[in-house]
Amino acid sequence: MNLESIPLQAFLLVSSALFCIGIWGLLNSRNAVRVLMSIELMLNAVNINLMAFSSYIDNNLIQGQVFTIFVITVAAAEAAVGLAILLSLYRNRVTVDMESFNLLKW
Amino acid sequence: MSIAVTTQFICFIVLSLVVLIGALGVVLLESIVYSAFLLGGVFMSVAGLYLLLNASFVAAAQVLVYVGAVNVLIIFAIMLVNKKEDLKPINDIKSRRIISTSICLTLLSLLIRVDLTNVWSLSSPENSIGEESTIRIGEHLFSDYLLPFEVASVLLLMAMIGAIVLARRDVMSKDISTGLPVDQELIEKSSEPLLTNKN
Repeated sequence: MNLESIPLQAFLLVSSALFCIGIWGLLNSRNAVRVLMSIELMLNAVNINLMAFSSYIDNNLIQGQVFTIFVITVAAAEAAVGLAILLSLYRNRVTVDMESFNLLKW
Repeated sequence: MSIAVTTQFICFIVLSLVVLIGALGVVLLESIVYSAFLLGGVFMSVAGLYLLLNASFVAAAQVLVYVGAVNVLIIFAIMLVNKKEDLKPINDIKSRRIISTSICLTLLSLLIRVDLTNVWSLSSPENSIGEESTIRIGEHLFSDYLLPFEVASVLLLMAMIGAIVLARRDVMSKDISTGLPVDQELIEKSSEPLLTNKN
């Protein structure tokens, strides 16, 4: 393996691990705020992937960077709406425990 | 790339370790406040990784939007809903943990296999646009990505209105199942919590 620069695979491995940590947190958190944080971690993993491909495969047109900017925009909107939903949930139920949000359970 | 290869490697390893350990801390730590501040560290390190990839504009956007807006928003949300509560124990927590961990590890092994075995068609570094990437992003945003750019502004407006409507307090809303008016105080209060004891 020639080590002229950082291999693409290194970035991909970091983003894969970050994505899986995010999924684990999403499945196992009981605090609703932590669920939102896990979603942000997963979005960041996707962004690292897009940026790495943009830099190594499409390094002249860099469309991946433009995609990353759109993902960041959507993530900001998602965080704002998600936290607003969380606040109104907290007002209705006086808890942030994910296990108690079972209104849609049948 | 202007800095030496060894420096790049050292920076990459340090940043990756901070990202991964910080993410584990976000997920595993007991205190949600520590998690939020660690999340800020993770976002900063991801911005550092972007700088290693020659993307200064996206790194700046990452710092401004994620650390400056999203993380502050999360800390505010923690401040508003931070109530000490004793969580009810779940009886099948162990099997849940085992199943979710095995799903995550399976997915991780699949992703690692794809990362390492696939043959990526790397382009030659001579074509690289390097430090000019900000100019190229601007060209993209105002030519072939103009429609998504405009739609993003509408999306942000909708998110803003939606967040305001959802989080405002002066609406007299009714509880869905009992029909009683909801007490809309945010702070810990002495009144009987609705719905929480009724299962």
